[in-house]
Amino acid sequence: MKHPEEQILQQGDPDTTGHIWDGIKEFNNPMPRWWLWTFYATCAWGLVYTVLYPAWPLITGATPGVLGFSARAVVAQDIAEFDALNAPIRARMEQVELAAINPADNPDLYNYARQGGAAIFATWCSQCHGAGAAGAVGYPNLLDDDWLWGGSIDEIHYTISHGIRNQDDPAAHYSQMTAFDDILTDAEIASVVHYVLNISGQAHEDSLAATGAEVFLDNCAACHMDNGMGDRFLGAPNLTDAIWLYGGDADALEETVRHSRFGVMPPWSAAASDAGRLSEAEVRAVSVYVHSLGGGE
Amino acid sequence: MLDYVKLSALGLVAICAAIAANHARDLAYLVHAILIMLTAGGLFIWQLRRTDEPPVPVPEHEYMDGPVRAAAIATALWGVVGFLAGVFIAFQLAFPQLNFDWAQGYLNFGRLRPLHTSAVIFAFGGNALIAASFYIVQRTSAARMWGGNLSWFVFWGYQFFIVLAATGYVLGATQGQEYAEPEWYVDLWLTVVWVAFLLVFLGTLLKRREPHIYVANWFLLSFIVTVAMLHIVNNLSVPVSIFGARSVQVFSGVQNAMTQWWYGHNAVGFFLTAGFLGMMYYFIPKQAERPVYSYKLSIIHFWALIFLYIWAGPHHLHYTALPEWASTLGMVFSVVLWMPSWGGMINGLMTLSGAWDKLRTDPILRMMVTSVAFYGMSTFEGPMMSIRAVNALSHYTDWTIGHVHTGALGWNGMITFGMLYYLFPKLWHRRGLYSMRLVSWHYWLATIGIVFYAASMWVTGIMEGLMWREVDAQGFLVNSFADTVEAKFPLYVVRGLGGVLFLTGALIMVYNLWMTVARGTAKADAAPAMIPAE
Repeated sequence: MKHPEEQILQQGDPDTTGHIWDGIKEFNNPMPRWWLWTFYATCAWGLVYTVLYPAWPLITGATPGVLGFSARAVVAQDIAEFDALNAPIRARMEQVELAAINPADNPDLYNYARQGGAAIFATWCSQCHGAGAAGAVGYPNLLDDDWLWGGSIDEIHYTISHGIRNQDDPAAHYSQMTAFDDILTDAEIASVVHYVLNISGQAHEDSLAATGAEVFLDNCAACHMDNGMGDRFLGAPNLTDAIWLYGGDADALEETVRHSRFGVMPPWSAAASDAGRLSEAEVRAVSVYVHSLGGGE
Repeated sequence: MLDYVKLSALGLVAICAAIAANHARDLAYLVHAILIMLTAGGLFIWQLRRTDEPPVPVPEHEYMDGPVRAAAIATALWGVVGFLAGVFIAFQLAFPQLNFDWAQGYLNFGRLRPLHTSAVIFAFGGNALIAASFYIVQRTSAARMWGGNLSWFVFWGYQFFIVLAATGYVLGATQGQEYAEPEWYVDLWLTVVWVAFLLVFLGTLLKRREPHIYVANWFLLSFIVTVAMLHIVNNLSVPVSIFGARSVQVFSGVQNAMTQWWYGHNAVGFFLTAGFLGMMYYFIPKQAERPVYSYKLSIIHFWALIFLYIWAGPHHLHYTALPEWASTLGMVFSVVLWMPSWGGMINGLMTLSGAWDKLRTDPILRMMVTSVAFYGMSTFEGPMMSIRAVNALSHYTDWTIGHVHTGALGWNGMITFGMLYYLFPKLWHRRGLYSMRLVSWHYWLATIGIVFYAASMWVTGIMEGLMWREVDAQGFLVNSFADTVEAKFPLYVVRGLGGVLFLTGALIMVYNLWMTVARGTAKADAAPAMIPAE
């Protein structure tokens, strides 16, 4: 019995295989020659390629390939080429004065310092200061022009080299704020907090701030100065600019006044201390990078 | 007797699920346990109402098309869901504000991306393959589906898998293995369903009344068997607790990466290629009403394809911790795979010789042929991208995304649409489709949508690849990642619009199919006869 949907052949059609499924037939056409030969060609190419390149697994290891190719070696070679190319620049990095590493005087050196410095920053500094250098509570923002220990290229270089309040480098910046919890009365602490709220331009109680002015002059002005604008020699922050390392609301200020703060940064110069991890060229590069971020003086 | 076994089993499952829900350690597991409890409970009541009813006689001389109809409907509906998710996440990439704050942890890009990929591959593609397998194997074997209601179990069990997977993604249960994200108990369930699928397919083949097995069935069987193997090996994991969704993969490090991409690439190779070639080998000769071009070509390219595909996975891991030899072999097998893949394209296209004029008048055939053309394009692009030097540029870029979508939208999407347009009038005994004009609209919207998609992704992919590798005279990278994101923005919008066109086409299709069933005129000879050829 014929299937109702059996395909009807046309004039000049080739032979079919004789199979029919649900009306579908199959021609007995040969494989297209171009298809077959291209298939053979890719097979032959594949065999040759596996001889030339590392390919066939053995019991331990694999065939290395006649050409001795290795993707890792190619990368290593690329890096070596650029290292050789940049060798003279690296040598000059330690000789040129820091201030002279700028786009006008030494464009190639500046580019090398800034780009290399960015990589060093991402590796060693971003953990605390953030990938974009915007800082976090307790870790200064390096994008603005509010510097605790100075924002010139030489001052930044010193801070990075020796660090802050660490035990590893005797040349580290050092200062310590008094914890006033046992020294001032609760009323005095409350009043000085409102005085600081006042000079930083925040909402405050006038009566408290007025008595706080006297407490500030007696206890705080020695470091933060009479006008509250701080002293970079002591790393004492400017209290009037509304930029805060540990927060500027009443609670955070009271916490700071009562218990003080003690931010630490490690020394990075290997030449300055055993704890340092960066070469002088690297410290200089990252100094140039930080200086270039926007707030450099 | 069997009814009482079923009742006891369903009751037991419902109680166990209730206990599991009580001890649940995470939200996804809790929701899933409740879903299982409600489903088993509902089935219990349904079963109870049918118990001791006289059995309905099975029409052994007719094809069993119920599950095919259900899977065809599910294909269309899941397709719309998957395309919609794709359009939404495409716009999330262009406009990050669409990752709404109130939906963080549920509807952000990271949660929706696996929802999109699984919805289109497994829900849309999977149901299309179930419909195609059940339809084709019966027709070409001239036999009713084996296993009684087992094929219904396959259909509903698979839908349940989809629901568990999708809700799991949104609620945060994931193994973190691409295209194998569902957690351990969902994997176990799919294994049960898949074995049932294999049994139904094999059983029907065994009771066939034709002397030979048709080529479409070779491809469909290789798809079912290989996917079972891939699924089991790549999902070997140890649950942290039987009351939690989390599990830990058995393989670690580069072994896990290699297993994952052996799985991932062959999900493409056997799910989206071999399975859909099976579909192509039946529906194109049917729609064109012309014999398959070359029997010999179909044998050679079938065996070459399934032998070579399984080795090509390492090309996903060029320039990684994968040993160099594995990377070379992955690349070589991928390039050699080029011609075996094209064998299917040649057989599909050349089947039209003597019927090329039909392309002018038949938009369904045009859709199928366009699908095969996209198949040819992406199976050339794939081997090319697997070449190490090309991959150095293309890997991790949008070029890969574009490549996947020429295959998924062009090949899998278009052949499935063609199949649905062919099947709906047949399955519901209608004279024809509600509107051929709407099929034409769908065709052009989908085609233009794919062109938007592929072209924009080629441009962004190659652009970002070049931007990533650009170094200055001292060897420093010139562009940051954010620079590439900014540069890609306009093309991301174009890609999203391409998706909108594709989705619009699919909605038109759903309307057209709906109207075909609801308004179409019935055909006189209702049930197709099962007649073996000779």
